Amino acid sequence: MTGKEYRTITDVKGPLVFLNKTEPVAFGEIVELRLTDGTLKNGQVLDTSDDQVIVQVFEGTASIDKQTGIKFLGDVFKLPVSTDMIGRILDGAGRPRDGGPAIVADEMADIIGAAINPYSRQSPSSFIQTGISAIDACTSLVRGQKLPIFSASGLPHNDIALQIARQAKLVDSDDDFVVVFCAMGITAEEYNFFVHDLERTGALENACLFVNLADDPAVERLITPRLALTAAEYLAFEHDYHVLVIYTDMTNYCESLRQIGAAREEVPGRRGYPGYMYTDLAMLYERAGLVKGKKGSITQFPILTMPGDDITHPIPDLSGYITEGQIVISRELHQKGIYPPINVLPSLSRLMNAGIGDGKTREDHKSVSDQLYAAYAQGRELRGLVAIVGEDALNERDLQLLKFADIFEDQFLRQSRDEDRSIGEGTLDYAWKLLSNIDTKYLVRLDQKWIDKYHPTDKKE
Amino acid sequence: MSKENGVIYRISGPVVTAVGISPRMYEVVRVGDEGLMGEVIELHGDQSVIQVYEETSGVRPGEPVVRTGQTLSVQLGPGLLTKIYDGIQRPLPELEKTMGVFIKRGVDADGLDLEKIWDFNATAKKGDSVSSGDVIGTVQETKTIEHKVMVPPGVSGKIKDIKSGDFNVTQTVCTLEDGTEIQMMQKWPVRTPRPFTKKHAPEVPLQTGQRILDFLFPLAKGGTAGIPGPFGSGKTVTQQQLAKWSDADIVVYIGCGERGNEMTEVLDEFPHLMDPKTGEALMNRTTMIANTSNMPVAAREASVYTGITIAEYFRDMGYDVALMADSTSRWAEAMREISSRLEEMPGEEGYPAYLSSRLAEFYERAGRVETLAGGDGSVSVIGAVSPPGGDISEPVSQGTLRIVKVFWGLDAGLARQRHFPAINWLNSYSLYPPSLDQWYRDNIKGDFPEIRTEISALLQVEAELQEIVQLVGSDALPVDQQLTLEVARMIREFFLQQNAFHDVDTYSDLKLQYNMAKAILSFQEESKKAIAGGAALEDVVNIPARTDLMRGRFESGYEDKIDEMLEAMNKQIADTMEAN
Ligand SMILES: Nc1ncnc2c1ncn2[C@@H]1O[C@H](COP(=O)(O)OP(=O)(O)OP(=O)(O)O)[C@@H](O)[C@H]1O
Ligand SMILES: [Mg+2]
Repeated sequence: MTGKEYRTITDVKGPLVFLNKTEPVAFGEIVELRLTDGTLKNGQVLDTSDDQVIVQVFEGTASIDKQTGIKFLGDVFKLPVSTDMIGRILDGAGRPRDGGPAIVADEMADIIGAAINPYSRQSPSSFIQTGISAIDACTSLVRGQKLPIFSASGLPHNDIALQIARQAKLVDSDDDFVVVFCAMGITAEEYNFFVHDLERTGALENACLFVNLADDPAVERLITPRLALTAAEYLAFEHDYHVLVIYTDMTNYCESLRQIGAAREEVPGRRGYPGYMYTDLAMLYERAGLVKGKKGSITQFPILTMPGDDITHPIPDLSGYITEGQIVISRELHQKGIYPPINVLPSLSRLMNAGIGDGKTREDHKSVSDQLYAAYAQGRELRGLVAIVGEDALNERDLQLLKFADIFEDQFLRQSRDEDRSIGEGTLDYAWKLLSNIDTKYLVRLDQKWIDKYHPTDKKE
Repeated sequence: MSKENGVIYRISGPVVTAVGISPRMYEVVRVGDEGLMGEVIELHGDQSVIQVYEETSGVRPGEPVVRTGQTLSVQLGPGLLTKIYDGIQRPLPELEKTMGVFIKRGVDADGLDLEKIWDFNATAKKGDSVSSGDVIGTVQETKTIEHKVMVPPGVSGKIKDIKSGDFNVTQTVCTLEDGTEIQMMQKWPVRTPRPFTKKHAPEVPLQTGQRILDFLFPLAKGGTAGIPGPFGSGKTVTQQQLAKWSDADIVVYIGCGERGNEMTEVLDEFPHLMDPKTGEALMNRTTMIANTSNMPVAAREASVYTGITIAEYFRDMGYDVALMADSTSRWAEAMREISSRLEEMPGEEGYPAYLSSRLAEFYERAGRVETLAGGDGSVSVIGAVSPPGGDISEPVSQGTLRIVKVFWGLDAGLARQRHFPAINWLNSYSLYPPSLDQWYRDNIKGDFPEIRTEISALLQVEAELQEIVQLVGSDALPVDQQLTLEVARMIREFFLQQNAFHDVDTYSDLKLQYNMAKAILSFQEESKKAIAGGAALEDVVNIPARTDLMRGRFESGYEDKIDEMLEAMNKQIADTMEAN
């Protein structure tokens, strides 16, 4: 089947090439394009019929002309996978980028990834301690979850992602995580930041990087996360690794998707993004989880920057509809100089309840979390009121809550980039200490039995 | 039908064009060398356009396309309950057996277990004249559900032979005089509603144990409800609560284009949850369809039809069936995706022009009916809607709201305040109360409707007062209005909020709901008296017995204690007068 080279391009539009051919070409088949100067490009079949084929060119269509030779390689896109990928840096199409040898395939894996049978899934329920109080107390992460970071340009989401990658551990076992890192259209500077940090901490040895930078082909970005997830699945489900997948920036991925849609003259959905973007994103995010009978797991941390800080923008919106919660980074907190500037109020971990409590974190975790949330939410609301009517109009309870909001931001949220707080002493006990600035009678979310046991001054001992 | 064979002309994602065959619309065809299942959705010229229920990468033009002569159908009979299927009724455990934990393609699986032997108990006898829908026998399908074996639609005659005994679903259990053989399994095309004699107006509420739903915005058995809301506002939790606690006989739960883990959760939980009515595991009455967001979109499109056909089948046995579809927006998006591959003229936001008629046809399959056999059965349909950005001016929300009679509007603001269920009491509505009120009077309490009206009125007044409070603060209000605000707060925090994850609070029956509502009104009345008698509002509000009454809802046996707690509260309120 391979071998025949066509020079039958009829149209080139954006990243797409249209050509006539005679062989039956498979949907999704991989294509090699040879430019007149000998340069090779790769592509994939998006539409195929008896006489015409539409090819999406990963490296972009620059310099392609009607003399360009096209070969169909007879198969869909596959990634050579092996445990040797750990410790390697690959480019956005899966080729070595670190000067090392090509990956010797243990297996060739289809990058589209088959759906996990919902019946074969296992519910995620092991708490992952990130060492970051805001996350551990209020939006607890569990192994097998997909929890995106909703950020915006200029905010320290990369630092947070790295801190999580460094510190993430299970409290009840010493299994380590392997990090699969997937860069999509980020700047060289951001990339270096990641690599240096991973090198500095020795984490690079336990990581596999797939890198597509801002000046790499935009269309290639559509396969980069699929490669990363294919590697992650192989490591998790063939070799029992617990894999943490960090991908950044989903916004660039979605832009590439929009570009392809526009080139195909598809009817766009909201704000020009394709109508199938929900499904497309789900094909990535749903590749997180645990499956019955396998020891490994895939936990996902997609990072996305919300255009215009707008959470209703299709990219965060459709992501939120698929992921199991979100961690929202706040510009306001960042401007106040607080790191990590996590706004716990719009943040949510939907799998939290399954991962916390007696025997997992601590029996009082849920109560403490609810109380922190309620007190902080009320305190913030009161800030608005004070701006109008002044502090004099507040009663005792309100004054305490108002003050608590500051304490919460300044002490509970704020921690240094290498501060790794344990869930018990570092986070929950600390929360109790800070909550004791509020009269116990106003702490209505805390069960009396936990007050008796954990309250630093009111406990009965 | 001639079994002519065609070939693939074109492949574009889930849409495949074939030439060389002339199938009927909606006929099922086998596509490609792997025999992928597909359905004909458009015919033009000599081309047949097919939506394929499985992934198409690797498929080539020139591969064969074979007609089956069948339209997309489900297998109906004993063995549907406790099952989990994909969108085209393939049992997921069977798929796991044949292909492991990842769903590969080209595998067929029967919806029913064709080998399994059931104990068929004939209820009709030789010489009986039977017609479509008549029950000829029963099978104990699960511990709690008796499956009624019915004469398939379109069949009638005199029974020549029928016998009780052990049969599988394809064996003949009954023969008519004209030679027609009846098996326990029947097939029904999913896109065609199953027949019934006539529709009745709903007059019995579907009791859900969820206070805000049952008390303020009730759904009738046979009714329709829409739950729109932005992500994370509580659509799935609400749907799961309904699947758990509603007093339907049968539950069909469709996970349509949503998360895999959510289906796992249901699978893990339901076998351990007890049905308050029967004391048996909830799984016994449940069928699940799971076509998650990453499974093929064409099968997602089909999943709601598969689900509703199964629901109608149980309705025909005389059962009350509740069907949840989470989320109908994902179904609509599947239609949009396929329509755009067909290059159809798009309507609003790229959805096909027929979106609203498809939605209407789907919800029309709900209803309370007189079955062909003369019984009374119902299908209630509750659809989640996921509007982009939470803005319900979009086509799917609007198309849904035009049809459904109950609107449970989830509100991002309430969810952010952790007020759950985050149903906005000001803009939600139910059109059923007028037809249900008699039932409440007869079965719960004579003044049930009036109490409901008082509660809603208080919430309305609160909303108006809040506008003033925003401007001048609550201290500036006269004391009676401050009391109203307190009472409304009690309604919200004690009555409307309900924690789905709390063992006790997760479910309240209607009688308890009524008593809780009465307790709130009683607080209002007694407090008014006390304040008129000189008590301070602050003192009245802070009596410990009120806190006890409110916290009591988290304790088991609350329904037996609430009267006593109420008495204690009223007494303490009265005491506040003397304190002054
Ligand atoms: N009745 C409830 N009681 C307690 N918590 C609730 C309730 N309803 C919702 N929640 C909380 O809200 C979270 C999100 O709810 P849910 O998953 O139902 O949202 P959704 O509307 O289905 O979102 P999506 O559209 O993304 O699927 C839950 O994980 C839970 O924490
Ligand atoms: Mg949901």
